[in-house]
Amino acid sequence: MAVLKKLVRSAEGAHVPHNKNTENCETVKMPVPKRVFVSMSQHIGAPAKACVKKGVEVKVGDVIGTAGGFISAPVHSSVSGKVFSVDEVMMPNGRKAQVVVIDTDGLQTVSENVKAPEVTDHASFVQAIKDSGLVGLGGAGFPTGVKLDPQNLDEVDTLVINAAECEPYITADYREMMECGEDVVEGAKLVKEYLNLSKVIIGIEANKPQAIAKMKELTNGLEGFTVATLPSVYPQGAEKVLIEQTTGKEVPQGALPAAVGCIVMNVASVGFVNRYMKTGMPLVTKRLTVDGDAVANPQNVEVVIGTTVKDVVEFCGGYSQEPGKIISGGPMMGTALATDEMPVMKQNNAILVFGAEKAKLPEESPCIRCGRCINACPMGLSPVEIALTLSVKDADELKALFTDLCMECGSCSFVCPAKRPVAQTMREAKDFMRKAAK
Amino acid sequence: MKLTVSSAPHITSKDTTASIMRDVCIAMLPALAAACVFFGLNSLILTAVSVAACVGFEFLYEKMLKQPITIGDWSAVVTGMLIAFNCPPSLPLWVVVVGAFFAIVIVKQLFGGIGFNFANPAIVARIIMGLGYTGMMTAWVFPDATATATPLAMYRAGTTPNYIDMFIGRTGGVLGEVSAAALLVGFAYLLVKKVITPTIPVTYVATVAVMALVLGVDPVVYVLGGGLLLGAIFMATDYTTSPYTMKGQIIYGIGLGVITVLIRRFGSMTEGVSYAILLMNLVVPYINKACRQKPLGAPAKVKEAK
Repeated sequence: MAVLKKLVRSAEGAHVPHNKNTENCETVKMPVPKRVFVSMSQHIGAPAKACVKKGVEVKVGDVIGTAGGFISAPVHSSVSGKVFSVDEVMMPNGRKAQVVVIDTDGLQTVSENVKAPEVTDHASFVQAIKDSGLVGLGGAGFPTGVKLDPQNLDEVDTLVINAAECEPYITADYREMMECGEDVVEGAKLVKEYLNLSKVIIGIEANKPQAIAKMKELTNGLEGFTVATLPSVYPQGAEKVLIEQTTGKEVPQGALPAAVGCIVMNVASVGFVNRYMKTGMPLVTKRLTVDGDAVANPQNVEVVIGTTVKDVVEFCGGYSQEPGKIISGGPMMGTALATDEMPVMKQNNAILVFGAEKAKLPEESPCIRCGRCINACPMGLSPVEIALTLSVKDADELKALFTDLCMECGSCSFVCPAKRPVAQTMREAKDFMRKAAK
Repeated sequence: MKLTVSSAPHITSKDTTASIMRDVCIAMLPALAAACVFFGLNSLILTAVSVAACVGFEFLYEKMLKQPITIGDWSAVVTGMLIAFNCPPSLPLWVVVVGAFFAIVIVKQLFGGIGFNFANPAIVARIIMGLGYTGMMTAWVFPDATATATPLAMYRAGTTPNYIDMFIGRTGGVLGEVSAAALLVGFAYLLVKKVITPTIPVTYVATVAVMALVLGVDPVVYVLGGGLLLGAIFMATDYTTSPYTMKGQIIYGIGLGVITVLIRRFGSMTEGVSYAILLMNLVVPYINKACRQKPLGAPAKVKEAK
């Protein structure tokens, strides 16, 4: 049977090292830094619009940026203090974003606007989530309020909770389950109730047996809840891969998970839903895994959003050697930062700092047509052929090769023995296709 | 602070082109050892000359054309070993140098170097040497100067060779093909190291066995005698000249098996492996196009690429 499936699509993924060095590091709350930089663009979609001016006093939970469109999310002050400036700053993704800089007073006075929302039905639930500023915490940062309000709500019956945490090093989601497992279950119950779903599936990679045991115990006897053990092969946490692994359904090209009756939420997002419904405290802090061979004390920390990478690393004992590369996120899909002055954002889940040795880029050599990228691709694409097709600039053939299905997970680059930047070529191919279509 | 800013992913696997090619060389060592046992140290000299010639030609070609020197990727060593493995032990050394020239300069470098050759360089070298120096390429002489025939030639002449002899390697033949046992040890190594998957060798050998049965010839002789195992394990699995997907590899393996048996059974030659591999190498681009995977979420009926 497995062989038959391989004939259609091998989709082996990449056998990345796990390096879950910090899995037993209980989350430490980092003190509030002197100054925070809160970006108005911490999600997919339209950036929020800053609604505070220089000199204004703010408290924890105050809205400082209003949602800038339908697919957007508001941004809240993560600290109490005084707005120092509202600037335009170049973010790691290469785009400029408004950043509200706040000088903190260290008191962390909570805003009087922070109170548990009144939720009675789906509409008020979605509104509450939208007000909370929640975005997909797994890394993508899609506004959760929009996700929980699909057009075909009556066809959606399953909540898939993404607890795969397939990126090496990162243990933030693992800690969420170990420390706040009850929040995850209660949050899932709320989503299940207000969206009128029948099933909740929690997908966890097999390399986290304790989390699997804990979630099984917490969901024992709950109707509709199952915990699915996923193979420890990257990228189990990719939305479409996760849906196929847990439900057997294939999300059609160009469609959303709701098309196959599923909504996928990151495990930390689900836990946040419960905490927000109880307290009304919007998304102002984030749990991060700080690791890498250039960090003195690797650990999991909870920081206020807008804390700079520099401050976070300093809290973790500083740099143990001259940093050669700083990654916001995991080593497979994270973004390399040009400076450690960048602030932590909602969707960040790790800061990895590596020394010069690990920062060195491998030397590229000619493609030997081994086909490993094809076998690894979780989407069943053919990167080697896509690269060749891009080199002859054939947009129609790129379309026939389903190039746009690539989600840039990086498996192809990882397995390439010639050390070619295959994933980057895939991005270029998608760009080329998009431009050619215009 | 000088930070490297590069696009994700930021880590890669340990495997490199060089480590893969080195593993292929290691996998060929048991067969080389068997050749030394059955044919004497001459086998080692022939292999050394062939490897030196291949590496040398690659170095000289790239030096002359001011290209980056790629001899460090071990692929020329693989080609050199394979060419020697396809020669009888008594072959004059200069002939193997001619083979190395065709393999490296004509088939590999003139088409763009590693990854761009349309056919397996060692296969083309074997065919050219076989056609150009037929007498020398078919002189099977043991170290004690007794002439012998290959198992396939014996079988064609009416005698069934001893199975055990064929398995161990006490028969005539080219260097690398005589010992099925040694080749299988190398095969196991390649599988364990995940350098190749079993798809091509297994479908190739299975097809030969089934075809032999159907045509009423001894499948054991067809599988163990001649260059089938050497070709199936080490030459048909060359990345550049074999299909990408499992589906494609199955079709390729079956094609190889059918052509091999047809040549052996109905052709004028006793051996058909090298021609089968060359012919199937040429259709690999078409197999690749016809045997693509169905991507996750792609419509059930994949629209034909133009």
